Amino acid sequence: MSDLESNRSLDQTATNTGNRHLIKRRSLLKTLCALPAGILLATHMSFAVADVNTTGLAVTDKDVTVGILHSLTGTMAISETGAQEAEKLAIKQINEMGGILGRQIKIIQEDGASDWPTFAEKSKKLLVQDKVAAVFGAWTSASRKAVLPVFEKENGLLYYPTFYEGLEQSKNVIYTGQEATQQILDGLNWVAKEKKAKTFYLIGSDYIWPRTSMKIARKHIENVLGGKVVGEEYKPLGNTQFGSVINKIRLKKPDVIYAAVVGGSNVAWFKQLKAAGINSKKQTLLTISVTEDEVLGIGGENLEGFYSIMKYFQSQDNPNNIAFVKAFKEMWGDDSVIGDVTQAAYLGPWLWKAAVEKAGSFDVDKVVAASEEGDIELTTAPEGYVKLHPNHHLWSKARVGKWNKDGQATVVYTSDLLEPDPFPAGYQ
Amino acid sequence: MDGYTYSELGAILAMQGFAGISLFSVLLLMALGLAIIFGQMGVINMAHGEFMAVGAYTTYFLSYLTETYFPAFMPYYFIFAIVVAFIVAGILGYFAEFILIRHLYARPLDTLLATWGLSLIMQQSFRSMFGAREVSPTLPEWLMGAYQPTEMIDIPINGMFVLGLTAVVTLGVFYLMFKSSWGLRVRATTQNRVMSGAVGINTKKVDRYTFALGCGIAGIAGAAFTTIASTGPTTGSLYIVDTFMVVVFGGAASLFGTIASAFSIAQAQSIMEFFMSGSMAKVYTLFALVLILMFRPEGLFASKVRR
Repeated sequence: MSDLESNRSLDQTATNTGNRHLIKRRSLLKTLCALPAGILLATHMSFAVADVNTTGLAVTDKDVTVGILHSLTGTMAISETGAQEAEKLAIKQINEMGGILGRQIKIIQEDGASDWPTFAEKSKKLLVQDKVAAVFGAWTSASRKAVLPVFEKENGLLYYPTFYEGLEQSKNVIYTGQEATQQILDGLNWVAKEKKAKTFYLIGSDYIWPRTSMKIARKHIENVLGGKVVGEEYKPLGNTQFGSVINKIRLKKPDVIYAAVVGGSNVAWFKQLKAAGINSKKQTLLTISVTEDEVLGIGGENLEGFYSIMKYFQSQDNPNNIAFVKAFKEMWGDDSVIGDVTQAAYLGPWLWKAAVEKAGSFDVDKVVAASEEGDIELTTAPEGYVKLHPNHHLWSKARVGKWNKDGQATVVYTSDLLEPDPFPAGYQ
Repeated sequence: MDGYTYSELGAILAMQGFAGISLFSVLLLMALGLAIIFGQMGVINMAHGEFMAVGAYTTYFLSYLTETYFPAFMPYYFIFAIVVAFIVAGILGYFAEFILIRHLYARPLDTLLATWGLSLIMQQSFRSMFGAREVSPTLPEWLMGAYQPTEMIDIPINGMFVLGLTAVVTLGVFYLMFKSSWGLRVRATTQNRVMSGAVGINTKKVDRYTFALGCGIAGIAGAAFTTIASTGPTTGSLYIVDTFMVVVFGGAASLFGTIASAFSIAQAQSIMEFFMSGSMAKVYTLFALVLILMFRPEGLFASKVRR
């Protein structure tokens, strides 16, 4: 009965707060109330279920249940496998350290099956039936857009790992990857300065992420760098024929090819570039869609000398990352590679742990309020250091990596810590 | 087009011409196997793409074996892999016909459903055996890179290789179909199954070998495409639409139609792609196809088959 009531009141808060200012003020008030309580509880070191869980989540004296929702089957399984492996590693490590608020984390895993309605249905199951305290999952923007209404209606909490196009900020989502401006702008600045690039040829797969990213890139090239876009091209997803595009590029002779081709097309694109005699000795190429995961399929020899902009590369040699790579390989095998999104997924459980401990509660509203204060930081992140911004995205650094034959990248440029800006003025 | 010299424009023209021919050979190689099965047997093989993936995975597996155990053999293994891909996919096709398809000849729509189910089973098997990630075989060095007849022209070697392979396979199929006694039996069975049976042709055996041959050619196509793209569990479904497009547009029961159709689709696609964006070129190509099929539902080359 109490469960029902609390759910109903939650529904009301969710529907009443359409107005962003109201959310802010309310969560601020909540935080102010929650803070002393948290301190009090912490000094007692006893966290009774009734105190840490007022909304009927799956929390007992001994454990707390979370959900993992990625595609294990279907076309996206290629990319999402690494993300769910990293999340499980993080949860295992947290459990070995004693868990969260004295509770071990239990996982319920669901398969989104690369199908967006299935993602929505499974997220509803996790939130309504399993009452999980948080969900780590989704990968494509399409799957995130599909689960978003469910998380907002049921007041769930989603940690989303992929770098994405921005233009979104939900109370119920924490974005642990880069939004578009963090990934794009510094990379373009770098190539304009280092390679004296003036002309750019943009090419991507034909869907929302490449198109939004290219829109931002074009504005930056034309308005900030004073360069010129000499061609912009989108190929259907799954396309494997790039002969004509490559000839067009040859005709335009751009200083830089700027690429956001994804999936199987990506492999075809780089193989055919090489076969057409376009290599890094003759042509600078910068891509925002190649991580170590993709290189497995493309083959390092086809990428040698080209550049990627990401926030993380497996080859980073800080102590955090060395430990992370070692632990990851111990758990998932020596052959595994770690891409940008895999690392971002690894941050999710740690960010959640930090927020829950700060709030002294598993309640979604309190965890979100604690996250929005903007002082949750991870000094142990494999990428170095990240901090959670009140806008639910992470402060992080952009890095340019130069690909080697062995499928690993050498980091040739690291930016300052970049502020996330999901709604960039002048770029829309 | 100011700012370009004539030799530059000539070079682009030559390379663009080759891009069109290269696309033609890819489409033809994909469609040949399906055209044989669809044209000669009337079976719509939805698992055609997966038989291509079998060929691709065979190549990957052989490249792995060669690299690990006989590195010295690396430059030559690829030719060998194409033959093995043909055999493996052919044997699988043989058993698929024996276990599944032969029970459904009287029900053409059910073969559609059954082969689609087969494609799902095969996809999941690839995923269990080779993992969900896309893989690429290590290709011999001589296959990668470009041939440069002049300073400005780069012709992809893998494109030339696929072109040559397609020519060999097409000639082989034509020889089998129109010059061999086995081809005579196949054509007889296609034209009149009952009569063929009455004059002593084992039509069941003909069906089984035709299906195996179609699948084997799909295996060759899959092996060849590892030079162009990667291989994943769902790679096959990427190719199946283009493949059907070529076969249906060409006229279901005509091998000449398949060649003509692959050629016109490839040229239309690559020429338009040069002057507009890739997505729009595809839209116009498909639009033209739909229009032509509205006026010529039987495809480019109508078959003269007595039903």
